[in-house]
Order: sequence, then C-alpha cells, then structure tokens
Amino acid sequence: MPASFIPYFLVAQRLGIALITLVIVSFAVFFATDLLPGDVAQILLGQAATPEAVAGLREAMGLNEPAIYRFLSWLAGLATGDLGTSYVNNMPVSQLIGGRLISSLKLAGVTTLFTVPIALSLGIGAAMARGSLFDRVVSILTISVISVPEFMIATLAVLIFAVWLGWLPALSYGVEVDSWGAMLRGYAMPVITLSCVVSAQMIRMTRAAVIDTINTPYVEMALLKGASRSRMVLRHALPNALGPIANAVALSLSYLVGGVIIVETIFNYPGIAKLMVDAVSTRDLPLIQSCAMIFCISYLSLITLADMIAILANPRLRH
Amino acid sequence: MTEKMLTLRLPTPRNLGYSFNWIGRIGLTIIVLWALVAIFAPWLTPYPIGEIVDWDYFGPMSHQFWLGTDYLGRDMLSRILMSARYTVGISLASVTLACTTGVIFGMAAAVIGGWFDILLSRMLDAFNGIPSLLFGLVVVAAVGSSIPVLILTLAAIYLPGAYRFARALAVNVNTMDFVTVARARGERTSYLILHEIFPNIIGPVLADLGLRFVFIVLVLSGLSFLGLGVQPPNADWGALVRENIEGLSLSSPAVVFPSIAIASLTISVNMFIDNLPIKIRDRSE
Amino acid sequence: MTDIPLVSVRDLTIGATTDAGRRVQIIRGVSFDIAPGEIVALIGESGSGKTTIALSLMGHTRTGCEITGGHIRVGTSDITAMNEKARANLRGTAVSYVPQSAAAAFNPSQRLMQQVIEISAIHKLMSRSEAEKKAVGLFRALALPDPENIGNRYPHQVSGGQLQRLSAAMALIGDPQLVIFDEPTTALDVTTQIEVLRAFKSVMAKGGISGVYVSHDLAVVAQIADRLIVLKNGEIQEEGATQQILDAPAHPYTKELLAAFKPVTQVHAAFERDPKEQPVIEVDGLFAGYGLVMNGEPQIKILKNVSFKLERGRNLGVIGESGSGKSTLARAIAGIVPAYGGHILFDGKKQQLALADRSKEDLRIMQIVFQLADTALNPAHSIERILGRPLTFYHGMTGRAREARVIELLDMVRLPAALRHRLPGELSGGQKQRINLARALAAEPELILCDEITSALDSVVAAAILDLLKELQRELRLSYIFISHDLSTVQAICQDVLVMYKGEVVEALPAARMASDARHPYSRLLISSVPQLDTGWLSGLEQDPELLAAFSNR
Repeated sequence: MPASFIPYFLVAQRLGIALITLVIVSFAVFFATDLLPGDVAQILLGQAATPEAVAGLREAMGLNEPAIYRFLSWLAGLATGDLGTSYVNNMPVSQLIGGRLISSLKLAGVTTLFTVPIALSLGIGAAMARGSLFDRVVSILTISVISVPEFMIATLAVLIFAVWLGWLPALSYGVEVDSWGAMLRGYAMPVITLSCVVSAQMIRMTRAAVIDTINTPYVEMALLKGASRSRMVLRHALPNALGPIANAVALSLSYLVGGVIIVETIFNYPGIAKLMVDAVSTRDLPLIQSCAMIFCISYLSLITLADMIAILANPRLRH
Repeated sequence: MTEKMLTLRLPTPRNLGYSFNWIGRIGLTIIVLWALVAIFAPWLTPYPIGEIVDWDYFGPMSHQFWLGTDYLGRDMLSRILMSARYTVGISLASVTLACTTGVIFGMAAAVIGGWFDILLSRMLDAFNGIPSLLFGLVVVAAVGSSIPVLILTLAAIYLPGAYRFARALAVNVNTMDFVTVARARGERTSYLILHEIFPNIIGPVLADLGLRFVFIVLVLSGLSFLGLGVQPPNADWGALVRENIEGLSLSSPAVVFPSIAIASLTISVNMFIDNLPIKIRDRSE
Repeated sequence: MTDIPLVSVRDLTIGATTDAGRRVQIIRGVSFDIAPGEIVALIGESGSGKTTIALSLMGHTRTGCEITGGHIRVGTSDITAMNEKARANLRGTAVSYVPQSAAAAFNPSQRLMQQVIEISAIHKLMSRSEAEKKAVGLFRALALPDPENIGNRYPHQVSGGQLQRLSAAMALIGDPQLVIFDEPTTALDVTTQIEVLRAFKSVMAKGGISGVYVSHDLAVVAQIADRLIVLKNGEIQEEGATQQILDAPAHPYTKELLAAFKPVTQVHAAFERDPKEQPVIEVDGLFAGYGLVMNGEPQIKILKNVSFKLERGRNLGVIGESGSGKSTLARAIAGIVPAYGGHILFDGKKQQLALADRSKEDLRIMQIVFQLADTALNPAHSIERILGRPLTFYHGMTGRAREARVIELLDMVRLPAALRHRLPGELSGGQKQRINLARALAAEPELILCDEITSALDSVVAAAILDLLKELQRELRLSYIFISHDLSTVQAICQDVLVMYKGEVVEALPAARMASDARHPYSRLLISSVPQLDTGWLSGLEQDPELLAAFSNR
C-alpha cells in the first residue's frame, strides 16, 4: 500500500528541511561573527604590534582569503570535527568544549528526567479537572513562571534555598562531586531553576493538547455510549493526545537552550554556555562559532523531533 | 468619506459590545502605569539617578530611600523609575518593528501565494531555528551593544514568529469567499491585503503583539543580565539586577525590586491578553 | 397505540447561558410521547431546538445548557431525577445515539470493531467474541460490504455512507429501546443517502425499536417516521401522523415548510430574446484544476472537456454530487481557477481564461455569488461599504450618488435602507444572502453565477430567495448559471440542466423533463435518488444495485 509510505516521506522531508536550515544557520552564525568590527589580527597582537606583524598574522590565519572560502573551509572543518583553534589561549576548540559539553548535557539530562514526569502529570491533571481550583492554581503558577525572566527564578531560588534556608550552596563551581549527596547539592539549584522554566511551558502545552482532544465529537460520543469520565479520558482522549503531548515535550525542552545560558552564568556552572558567554566577552571567534553551532544543532534537533512526532502520531497517516 | 479611509476597528470593549473582567482591568492599569512612568520618569525620580546619596551600599528600605540603595549607594527607586524607559521603550520599539514587518510580509505571502510564499516561509522558518538568546549573544559579540543594535536584534528575533502568526491568520481569511469575491471583481493585491484581510486579523495580531512584547522584555532583560544589553551608565531593569547581584546574599532590596518590576509588567500584559473578551455570538444552537 | 408510551416528555424546559453571561430559554415547555416501536421525527429549522431535545432524552446537554424544568421518562427510568452515574448506565443500553457526522464521532486511532462493541464492554453486556459476532450480524443487516472484516479497518479507511451505517451498528449493539438519529444523512450525497435510509429503516423495523429522528428535511423524514413533531424556537408547533401532516397541515408554519417543497412544473424563459442575439455565454472544451502548474497543467485536474451554451434570458442548472466539479466549473468560468484548456465566449466575444488577464468590463458583466453568505461578506465592513465598493470600482460612483444607489440596491433585494449601517454579523442568514446578491447586482452584470446559494438556508428562506431571483431576472434581463446539488431548486428556476459526474458533463437535459428524458445511467440514478414528499417513495423505489455500486460515492 503506497499510502503507508506517506509518513516516512513527510519525516524524510522534515529531516531535509532541518539540514537545509542547519546550513543557513551556520551561514548566519559565521557571517554574524565575521562582521566583528576591527581587525582580528590587530586585536590579537594588541595596539603595539607593528603593521608587518599584523599582516603576517593575517596571512597565517587565512584572513585574506575571500569570506565565502573561509566559510566553506570552516564548514568542512566542522563536519570533520576540526573546530579550529581558540584565539585567546591557542588551544584546540574541541578540547576546550569537550568536558564542558558533557557537563551541560548532564545538567540538561537531569533536568529532563526531573521535569517530564511532573510536568506531564500536572498538565494532564489540569486538563482533566478543567475549570477546577487545581486547574486555576496551576494556570496562574505557570503563567507567572513564563512571565518572569530565567535569572529572576534563579535569584529567587538562591534567596530561598541558600540565603534564607541555607540548605544548598549558591554556586556549583568548586563543589566536590564525589558523593551522591554532594552531587545532588551541586546540581540542585541549577536544576530547580531550569525545571521551573521548562516545566511551565510543558504544562501549558500539555494541558492545551489534552483539552483539544477532550473537546472532539468522538469523546462526546464516548460519553453518549455511557462511558465514565475516566474511560473517556484514558481510552479516547489520551491515546489521541499522545502525539501532541510528545510534541509539546520536545518543544518545551528546546527552552533548555535559552535557559541554560542564564543558569550556567548565574550559578557559575562549568558548562558550554558559560564557556560561550566568556568567549563573547573575550571575543574569541572560533569558540563562539562552535558553541553557537552546538546550541543551534541541539535546538534544531529538538524542534525537528517535535515536528516528526507530530507527523508520526497522526493516526490517519499511521494506518 | 469614511469609506476612503482605512477604518481600523480596534478591539476596544465598546467596539466589541463587551467589557472585560477585573483581572484584565488590573493588568491594563499596571501596563498604563508603567507606560506613564516611562514617559514622565525624569519628573518622578526623587533623586538624580547617577548621584551617590547614601554612605551605605545595599541600604535597606527606609523612609528616605523607599526601595533602598544600590551597590554604590544610589537611590533604587529613582533608578528603577528611570530604567523603565529603557525596558519599555526598547521592547516596544522592537515589537512594533517586528510585528509591522512580520504582518505585512505574512499577509503578502498569504495573498500572493506560490513561490513567493514558499521561499519567504522557508527562509524565515530557517531563521527560527536559531535560539533567540543565542542569536542576541552572537550579534552583540559581533557588532557590540548599543540601543539601535538591541532594537534591531530583538526585532529580528521575533520577526519570523510574527510573520508565521500573521500568515496563518491571513491564509485562513484568504480562503473566505469575500476575498475571492473581491479578487473576482478585479481588485489589486494591495486592496486585498489592506481592506479585506487586515481588518479581520487586527484583533488577534494585537493580542499576539502583547505576548511577543513579553518575550522581548524577557530576552532584553536576559541580555542585560549577562552584561550584553543596555550598557552603563544607562541601565534597564535586567542591568539593575546584574549590577546588584552581589546584594543577593544580603537579600538586598536592590536586587529584588528590579526583578519585581519586570515581573509586574510581563505578568500584567499576560493577564490583560488572557482576559481580552472573546467575541462569540449569542446563539442557542 | 393504547400501550403505555415508551418515552414521555412533560413540560421540558432547557436553559442556556450564553458566552456573554446572559441566560436564555431555548426549549420552552415541550411535551410528547413515543410509543414502543414507533419512530418520531423532530422537524425544524436551525435554532428550533430539535437536537437539544433529542440529546436531553439521554440526560445529556451540551456545554452551557441545562435542563431547568419538566420530566423525561424513558421506560421505567425518570431521566430528569437521575444523577450522572445512573444516566451513564442507561446510555447505550436503553437509549443510544447516531450522530450527525459519523466521521467526527469515530475515534481516529481505534479500529472500528473496537468502537462498535465498546458499549457492550462499558456495560459488561456480553463477552468480546459474542459482541463481535453480534456486530458482524448488524453489519450484514445494515448492508455493509465485507461484514466479516470491515471491523478491522480504521475510520478513515471507509466511506462516509459506510461510517454512518457503522455508527448505527454501534448504537444498536446494546439492544436499546430507543435510538436517537441526529440528522444522520444530512452530510451524505443523495445516492448514498438512499442506502443508509434503507438500512436504518429495515433494522429498526426488524427489532421493533423506537426511534427519534432529528432532521430538517421533510422528504427524508416522510420515508422513515411514523409521526412528526414540528418545532420552532423551542416550542412544538404541530404534532401528528406523518401522512396526516403531509396531507393536511394545520399550523401555518407547517404549511410554509410544505409549500417550500411544492414541485414546480415548468419555468419559462423570463423574457423574450432577440433571435439574432449571440448566446450570453458559450463554453467549449474547458479543462481546469488546482495545484502547482507544471508544463501548463495543474497537478489536480478536475474539469475535463466541459462544453455548453446558454441563451440570453434562460437559466442553466448544473447538478452533481460532491466531487463532481460543479463548483470548479463556476470558478473556472469566473477565472478564479484559471482553465488550462478550452474557450469561454461571452456574448460571442472570447474571454481570457485567467482572472488577471481580463479587463474590468469583462469582469463586470459576469458576477459570482457564493454559497455561504457568512463567509462571502467581509465581517469588518458595513453593508454600505460592501455594496458601495463595486459601485466605486466599476462605475466610479462616490458620495451621495453612491449612497442613493446603495439604497436602491437594498430596495431591489427587498431590504430596508437603514440596514446599510449594519455589519454583516448583525444580519440573519437570508438577509446576508440578499446582500450577497445585491453586491453582484451593483456591478450591473448580464450573467450571475450562483454557487449553491440556497443550500445553507432553511427551506422557507431559500424559497423566498428563488422568487427574488426570478423577479430580478425579469426586471434586469439577467441570465443565471445555477450550481446546486438539490434538483428541486434547480428545477424551480432553470430551463436547462447539465448533469456532472467526476468533472465531466454526462448529459444535458431540459429541466422540466429531467426524469423522463434522462438517458445516461448516472443521471437517471441521481434523479431517482432525490427523496420525494411521499411516505411510500422509498419502499416503492427500485434502483439497479449494480448501477448504485458503480456510481455512488461509497
């Protein structure tokens, strides 16, 4: 049956779009950083450098090549894992990033494990008890969290848990992570902050997705067949909401990317976002470009994943 | 000759024949209050904003300094009132820019369709694949931070979203028969966009503008918090938090109140938008 | 019927809270009985409260509505006194429901069999295998194809007519005493409708089950109901045996409803034409379709080689079922969907195929009026602006002259001048359709393309619009092309008829002698499938099943 290929075709199409997007994004990242005013070689050598030295460095760095050529060779390097060399400390970018990336992924992973079950149960619960006190409290809380900047949640968390209650250290950096308890304490604050940001989005989207399905005629039909409320939701609404919910989860997790930048900075967490913010202040171009690409790839993967789930979850396309 | 003018029907309570509930009104009141503060800030500040008025830094709330003093001993109330200009002004400018361009392109894409639509949509979708705060970081790293750069960057971040939203609305309106009738009459594309489509999407577009305003306030504050937004000696609310972050361990009002200022603005906009009256016809069946 | 009635409804009132918080009464004191084995039809136009009453028999009201007074008894159960749990126990076993749109009422992610037998699982009536066996029996009784295996499919894998019969099987699985049919054939094409009606009728008669049949269509109801209850604004207007009401309606509203059905024998040309005149429109070998254009041909091809000729002062009806391409024909003539082959001649003058290439004058003389008046009028523009725009655009009118002409146009469509300051949302469906027509007239056209313009209207309102069209034709020397799926509407106004099927014209017929002159098997099937206002029509109807299978959209 040729119709059964349609979802795979759509998924493949979505992947193709993601790849094209990635190329455009890398183009944007490269040229945005390439616009940097001032001569990189001049900046590196300082004001005291002789013009000859600057010219020599320009030649050595390949800065005299046309921009498009530099872009392509940078892209080729990226594809083969050669991320270039840091301007500031002359270390390979891949070496600088390596350990930091793992730290950030750990943070994101712990947050995801922590957030998804809580957010899903709150979102589905609020949708099922629509209009109840519980639903309204959850709605007000999520709106409030979405409406405030990430750093405010972080500062509030510090204020409550570190300053007033004194339970947790305010900073992650330098905390020994050799025991479970210590690791928990080290991760707690960044994870709490990130979870707040991500779960608020997730709860709202999940609630909306479930309510959409509850409002369909086939759920009303189940009611008219004599089904109980829980049967209506569990047998008829939820199975059809699974796709939209998975989509909501993937989409909300993309908020991690923005959240992590603020959270790592504020808690001094040695992750890739902190590395990038530092690189911005020292104008370390190869480092900025690589970090930006890593963020874009993870963000793009998440939203592409969300789209693909939405396609695959459509029962009309699945059967 | 009112018919020759573009008659905008703004979703005011009177136009809709409804009024909205008290939560919406509270939201609106706070928004208007902050707008007034932003306009009249120089006349409202009790102390000059740059002047060190207290020997003590991170001073507590007192009769003399209502919201305490900052890390240099400057009056926080004056600084917060003055910063409202930057937060509200920059966000408003970029949201207006983003939405105007986005809505015009969105409507054009919906009406013209074909390759124009496909190319524009694909391009802006690709742009959407860049996380917003990160884009801000990269641009600021590249060209440095100034107010025009901030406005343009924030506008660029939210343009694809505004475009997508307006296009989706316009595509819906475009399938309506009244647009087909106008097209069959021989009307030009500009007439279709301006007279047939625009009046029918303006309500949701304004609501969307409000939500985008909130996001822009958040990104701007985030950038300033990272030290990449509004630069000293000027400061927006995000920058005030950054300046005074050292006061966190002293639970100083200097770090708490700028945050509250941001939250009060963004939450009220959300409250206002969420409680806008939904126009539903009275029908029994 | 001397037995105790199965259902008895006394002084039922149902209130609703509108979104603006206003409380209104939508059902005002309705009382009726249903005897065991009897099928009662609730007849009324939109807003009459017929569906609300039917759903209340299951103790269900839609969001915002609630039963505010009266009693409902079904069998031995007092529905109004029950709590939600007790009502749930009755649903599916004592009373069951066949929805208007089966396509929306089936869960898209479950197999059909699972949904059909769900009632037996909810109420623990029988084992799964027994239930499946019973379902297959019902599928067979409802004349579904491949009854053994159809249950393994998913809802989107079967046709609309099949889904509607499957939903009847779903309703009957729990052996209910009463089945509620909520406009179950309204969304179907006429050829499909017949099979579905037949299937319903035979299973209901076989089981001796009582039914409530909600519909706006008297001809459909005449085939299936024993008794009619005519509703308007939440009140009963008239009640009686079907035959009696059809023969001798007592209430003026019922008479009005029936009058809208009166067959029209012959429509003469509205005015004498000059024999030397060219046909007003001539279409020759038209091809059209949608989608991206590749090599000069669109991806989805709809119209294939359509030709016809329309003399001035005559009207052409185009009939066909959904998917026949009749609406695309109107759009291709108007240039909205540019034809990619063929010719359109207007008054002997060749027209450009695409809208963009036509001159203002060419656009002016041919106007198109759409089906849904709701979407055809810009909700943000006042009536004056809607009618004034074509005046300015085609005739350059402004100011007072324009306003005077707008009032004149409103008068032509029998609407008061004060209406010009209103917005479309403040008008009724019939008024909107008149404005829609007035806008076309504003251009002073010679030909008006009417695309299903009466289909969305209640029958009484639609009849008035048809009368108006005829009057205007005489006064303004117009010609109409009238697109419709409803044969009686076409007969009421047209002299010639084109029958379309899958994008092609299968036959051209004189409207007055459609039934007798039709030769093509599809046109004969289509014409014979239109329900007649005669209680014996369905039982007496003989159609070739093979023909039905070949042509109906199953």
